[in-house]
Formats: sequence, C-alpha cells, structure tokens
Amino acid sequence: MNETLKVDRRDAKLALAHIYVAFIALALGGLAGLLQTLVRSGKFTLPANISYYTILTTHGVLLGLVLTTFFIIGFQFAAVSRTAGTFSDRVRFWGWIGFWLMTIGTAMTAFFILIGEASVLYTFYAPLQAHPGFYLGLTLVVVGSWISGFAIFAHYARWKKEHPSQVSPLLTFMAVVNMVLWLVCSLGVAATVLIQLLPWSLGLVDRINVLVSRTLFWYFGHPLVYFWLLPAYMIWYAIIPKIIGGKIFSDSLARLSFILFLFFSIPVGFHHQLMEPGVEPFWKYVQVVLTFMVAIPSLMTAFAMFATFEMYGRSKGATGLFGWLRKLPWGDARFFAPFVGMLFFIPAGAGGLVNASHQLNQVVHNTIWVTGHFHLTLATTVVLTFFGAAYWLIPHLSGRVMTKAMNRLAIIQTIVWAIGMAFMSGSMHFAGLLGAPRRSAFSTYGNSPQALEWIPYQIAQAVGGTILFIGIILVLVIVTNLAFFAPKGETEFPVGEVAETAERTPLAMENWKLLISITVALILIAYTIPFIDMIQNAPPGSKGYKLW
Amino acid sequence: MHIHKYEKIWLIFGIGSLFIFLTIVGVSAFAKGNQPPSGLTTIDPEKVDQTPPFNKPGLVKTGDNEYQLNMVASAFSYTPAQVEIPKGAKVTINVTTKDVIHGFEVVGTNINMMVEPGYVNSFTKTFDKTGEYTILCNEYCGAGHHMMTARIKVVD
Amino acid sequence: MANEKIKGKATENSNLKGTLASVFLLGFFLIFTWVSVYFLFLERL
Repeated sequence: MNETLKVDRRDAKLALAHIYVAFIALALGGLAGLLQTLVRSGKFTLPANISYYTILTTHGVLLGLVLTTFFIIGFQFAAVSRTAGTFSDRVRFWGWIGFWLMTIGTAMTAFFILIGEASVLYTFYAPLQAHPGFYLGLTLVVVGSWISGFAIFAHYARWKKEHPSQVSPLLTFMAVVNMVLWLVCSLGVAATVLIQLLPWSLGLVDRINVLVSRTLFWYFGHPLVYFWLLPAYMIWYAIIPKIIGGKIFSDSLARLSFILFLFFSIPVGFHHQLMEPGVEPFWKYVQVVLTFMVAIPSLMTAFAMFATFEMYGRSKGATGLFGWLRKLPWGDARFFAPFVGMLFFIPAGAGGLVNASHQLNQVVHNTIWVTGHFHLTLATTVVLTFFGAAYWLIPHLSGRVMTKAMNRLAIIQTIVWAIGMAFMSGSMHFAGLLGAPRRSAFSTYGNSPQALEWIPYQIAQAVGGTILFIGIILVLVIVTNLAFFAPKGETEFPVGEVAETAERTPLAMENWKLLISITVALILIAYTIPFIDMIQNAPPGSKGYKLW
Repeated sequence: MHIHKYEKIWLIFGIGSLFIFLTIVGVSAFAKGNQPPSGLTTIDPEKVDQTPPFNKPGLVKTGDNEYQLNMVASAFSYTPAQVEIPKGAKVTINVTTKDVIHGFEVVGTNINMMVEPGYVNSFTKTFDKTGEYTILCNEYCGAGHHMMTARIKVVD
Repeated sequence: MANEKIKGKATENSNLKGTLASVFLLGFFLIFTWVSVYFLFLERL
C-alpha cells in the first residue's frame, strides 16, 4: 500500500493551494453565519442596509460549495499522490487548471452575490433569476472540479496499468469512487445551469420549466452531501486506525460501503421534493425506499469504527464491555476531532431518517430542523473530521510539525465546536418541530403567539453561533500556524494497514463497467417515468423575477 | 465476503428496522391515504386571477361539513390573509402562486406544501380544535419572504 | 483463504462485545428519534 511515504513537494503545493482557499472560505462564510444567528435572535440588525438574504447566500455558497469542494479535492490529491505515487507532470498540470478554474469561478460567484445581484441562496431555485455571471461562476467551479476528477482518474488508470491484477490502494480507490459519484451527479446541475438557467438569465429564452430545473438540482443535491461525507469516511476508515495505532477492520467491507454509496446516493433526490406538486406520490415513495438503502453503508461504517476502536483497546489489554474506550488517544487532536464528529453523526443520522420518511417530512420540511440537521452532518461530522485531518495534512505538506501547544488548542477547539453546535443545532431541531421556518430573517409573523414561542430558541442559536465563531477563529489560528509558522520538520501522513485477520479484497470490486452500469440503471429506474411525466404535462413556463 | 457474526446481527437488526419504518409510512400512505401533498393540476401562472377557483380565492362550502379553501400566494402575501373555518370542518386547501416558488406551512399542523408556479398543490385536513393558526411562507421568495403570512381561525 | 478463516474465527466473537453493545445503543437511539417524530405526526393528523 505504501508506494511513497511522503507526498511529493510539487503535489503538496497543489493540495495546499486548495486547502488555503477552503480555509479562506471558512473565515468569510463563518462570519456570515455569525451575523445570521445574531439577526435571527431579534436583538441585532445588519448595518448599512445589508440584506439578510445576501449574507445567507454568501454563507451557503462559501461553506456548502467552496469550503467543501476545495478541501475535498485538495485532500484527495494528497491522498492519491501519497498512496498511488507521485503525479506525472501532465496530471499535475491539469490539477492546476482545475484549481484555477474553480478559483476564478468562486471569485466570480462571490462578486455577484456581494454586489446584490444574486441573492438567490445556494440552491438558486428558478424563477428567482440571478445575474448570468453568478451561473457562469458556478459553471466554472463545476467544470474545474471535473478536470481535477479526470486528473485523478488518469493517475489511477496508470497505477492499474503498472500493477496488473493488484487491488488498488484503499484511499485511491475511495477517492476515485467519490469523484465518479461527483461526476455522475453534477451532470444534473450542469444540465439545469447550462441548458435552462444560463440562456434564460441571458434573455435568450423567456421562460423556464421550474419543476424540471428543481428536479435536476436535487438529482445533484443529495449526492452532493455524500460527496462531502465520503472523504470524512475515507479518513475514518483508512487513516484513523493508523493514528490510534490500530488496524483497518476490513478493507473489503470499507470498499463495499463506498460502492453502496455510489449506487444509492443518487436516485434519491425526490426526498428533497416530497412536499412538491407535479410528482406522483408513488415515485416519491420509490425514492424514499432507495433513500433508506443509503443508510445501510452508514450502519456498516458505525460497526467498523467501533470494531477498530475495540480491537485496538483490547490489544492494549482492555477488559470489560467498554474498557477499550479508555485506551483511545484522547489527547491527540488528530483522533479527538474526528471522533467527536463521529459521535455527532448519531443524532445526524437519526434526523436524516426522519427527513427521508415522507410523512415525517411533513412535520419538518423547510423548518429550521433541516438547518439543524445539516449543521450536524456537514458542519460538525464532516467539518470536524476535516479539521482533524488538517492537523496532520497541512504540516505534512508544508514540511512542519504540530507543537504540543497547538495540539492542546486543537482539543479546545473541538470542545468549543461541540458545545456551540449542541446549542445551535439542538435549538434549531426543537424550534423546527414547533414550526419555525428555515431561511428566514427575524419575524414575529404579526405577533403570532406561535412565532413568539420560537424566540428563546433563536436566542440559543445566537449563543451557539457565537461560540462556533470562536471555534472558527481558533481553527484559523491553528491552520495558519501549521502552514506558515510551526517549527520545520517531518510530519507523518498516516495510512492504515489492514488487520491480519481480514480477508483479501476481491478484484471484482474494481469492475468499473459493472459499477457504473448499476449506478446508471438505478438512476433510470428512479427518474425516467416521473421525469418524462414532468416534461409531457408541463405547465406554461415562468419568466424570471428579481424580488430582492 | 466474510462478515463478523456480530456485524451480521447488527445489520439484520438495522436493516430490519429500516424496513419496518418503510412499511409504517408505506401502509399509512397507500392504505390510509396519508400521502404527502402532490397536486398534479396545472395552471398558467400568469392567468391565476382569471382561472377558477382562484379568481375568487377564499373558503367555499362543497358539502356537508366539507369545504375548499382556495388560496393564492404571491410575493409577499397570501390571498385571503384571514380565514375563518368552522370547527370540525374537513377542508381541502388548494394553493397556487402567481410568481416565484413559495411555501405554505400551517404552523403546528402537518400542512406543509411547496407552492410552485404552474401547479396547484392540495392537502386535506379536518380542523378539530378551535384556535388560531399561523400560515407562513417557508421557502425563500425574496426580500419580504419573512413578512409573508396569513391566519386561520377555527371557530365554534 | 481457509487459513485466514480459521485465524478469523479465533479472534472473532470474544472480543467485539463492546462494539455490538455500542451499535445497539445507536440503533435504539435511531428508533427512539424516529418514533418520537412519528407520534408528533400522528398527533397533528
């Protein structure tokens, strides 16, 4: 598995460039988030006529799209270079092209949001119509990510050619699955942006089919969240075992769970459209069933994680039912941050099952419960795992070492994050059950007694948001230190080894023709009939509106 | 592929639970009619004001204790903004929009619909308790989104 | 293959009790949450 122990300097530069952009996005997007929670407490108004919805759009785009995509691609470049060998000049060249396209696209998108020409939120639902520059910027981000994806595929193909009939390195395999998932799903958003939104915002066509656009968006929107989650799972499966000094529980089960994610995370977009007109209830239910299937690989992952920890603890002489917990390296931020992320995935997963069950969705749809949900999944589980990875990845790439003081600060950061999020997300969940809507500025809805009940929860959200912002400042201090100021030295890029008792991985798991065929077949089964229905029974299209 | 015995137990339990959840919502939806709002009627969004029943929005009695409540959403209000419903009435709410996407949530109930241009969305509910309910827009629709609201009063 | 299975058997069953207990706690939490919101749905029916 260990082709090279160290990521090549030139590949490190490419990975670091992505990670810098990611953390700049975190700083700006985090500030926007703080302002939102303060506005919603009802005790604070934004200065200089800045719109709540401009801030909200900035927050969603920077954290949901930019932070994630840049960190993920940077991390995957490093992981593939580390496990499948240094990139060729050509692969690296295309990696840089991808990086610059994404960066230019991000700058363009951010520009049009900040001048108030695109307060359409990060879901940009038609017929709200943003400036064409907003859609073009997003297109560049997606195209850039595709180029980086193909760079990874090319490198993987070369490895396979040079190592016939060998199983690929686990991290490389996982990165390839994630980029295949990303490619297949982002075709949907590319289709609605290029075929529908861009020509319509340029005035080339007058009207747009709103439901088709939303359906293409959500065909992309749910696998998007798995595109965020899978790199966290890569770190859990393949890197955390090495950090704690244990072994990977099972290489083949890890791969199987990734394959199941590829199959089941795409044909499930209707579970975001359960309250929607124009879609037959039968097809909604079909996708609800498929959505539940995507819970299975997460159930497998939960088992694998606990098993990794227990096997390690027992090898160190732990006894009793939970004695192994005491043997884990609680003082090591590289373990502690992702571990807290894992714990938060338990309520996150529970909430996800609620969201996906169509009658329960009626209770929570578009309430702030949903915001609370993805601040557990993305903003805690995924983000804390990424922070934990940054604590070794950045010094590895920058040729530095993390000091004890920084490690201690990182432990504090994790605790601050957990407390802040417990306040914010917890109160969001409860307020959501009482009906408080998401994506809305402060309002008492004409002093409605029902809306007045939400205010204490909104104040708790502001308290949580403030604590989380302190967490963001802490992580930025740590990351800046690791990138530029920490003492020079060698930091390990940990890559786990498979337990001796684990079975050898079947080569059939890399039969891409088969994997992609099954993926496409499931998508066709879930979408073909309702999608044709939507087009055949389409109402007159919609003109664009700029209502902000 | 070899799977640890305990993992098999866990997966059988976990997947079994998932199927029980699916059965509960499936039976409730298909046998008892608790389907999510999925209106399939289309309408020209620019001619809502001329299209019945939305040319005269409001509450209409359609049968013994049965009513239709036809509502129009537009940035940033609902028409009508106040509705009185007699207690115990079974009301089918039909709602459509003249401009962008809106939400239609009746706080504290299971009424929660997406309102999209070109479609009429519907949901039926019996109002058993007297009191006041807040209707609000829960899908972002523009600068005045959080001001978009209406009231339902259930009276004896 | 056969050899690996035997080794697997030897270490198996005895040492993952904590894992089994942990995942079941997790499972009960999932069921509890789901059932709670389902009752909220029924109450609002």
